Amino acid sequence: MKSHVEPFWWSLFGAGGAISALFLPVLSIIIGLAIPFGWIDIPSYEHIYGIFEPLSVRLVLLAIISLSLFHWAHRFRFTLYEGLQLHRFKYIIAILCYGSAITIVAFASYSLWNY
Amino acid sequence: MTNTTKSSGKSYKKEMPILWWTRRTSHIIFVMRELTSLGVAYFAIILLLLIGAISQGEESYYEFIKLMKSPILIWLSIISLLGLIFHSVTWFNLAPKAMVVKFGKYRIPGIVIMLSNYAGWIVISIIVGRFLLY
Repeated sequence: MKSHVEPFWWSLFGAGGAISALFLPVLSIIIGLAIPFGWIDIPSYEHIYGIFEPLSVRLVLLAIISLSLFHWAHRFRFTLYEGLQLHRFKYIIAILCYGSAITIVAFASYSLWNY
Repeated sequence: MTNTTKSSGKSYKKEMPILWWTRRTSHIIFVMRELTSLGVAYFAIILLLLIGAISQGEESYYEFIKLMKSPILIWLSIISLLGLIFHSVTWFNLAPKAMVVKFGKYRIPGIVIMLSNYAGWIVISIIVGRFLLY
């Protein structure tokens, strides 16, 4: 990665770190534990479908999903080559991390638009 | 002590073993914090799959919930939730260092910035919970 693009990736990392820290734990408790364990009733389909019908809600969700993924890409990239001492594979790791994030974000934009 | 790092003009790189970070507790905690990003990415993808299932219709929505009840996904949910909470706590604790808020000459104390981050976390969690369930 050329150094002049680093601030760009870093700002996505920062925004993603903040948005995921604020939003993901509560969503994960509800979707990952409370509903599967039956602590709360499963929301009806009509209700849950209606929640995501307004475009504004879907845009917020897209922001949460994509910034979280860019947060992962940036942090995991450094985890790999600092943690595992893979400095030789610096570029390929960067391309794989940001590339997979961009791919999933493109898919997310598509499926949220065609909701 | 001699400092040879700058004299040669080339930067000196020490060879590090792959498991260098297991030698000190603080390093292990550092690596654990970095690995929380896996939980963040995992749950972002779960959210994306959920929204995909909802948009496909009622049947796939209930199918998705059934899938979330499978033992493997329950374990992944528990592990990623622990990671997410560790991420939030470490993120908010570092916030005072990353955010410097000034009013004229007065700088808002770090503890206030940290506590307002935690307050925001609680408020957003309540709003999201109510929004999703009622």
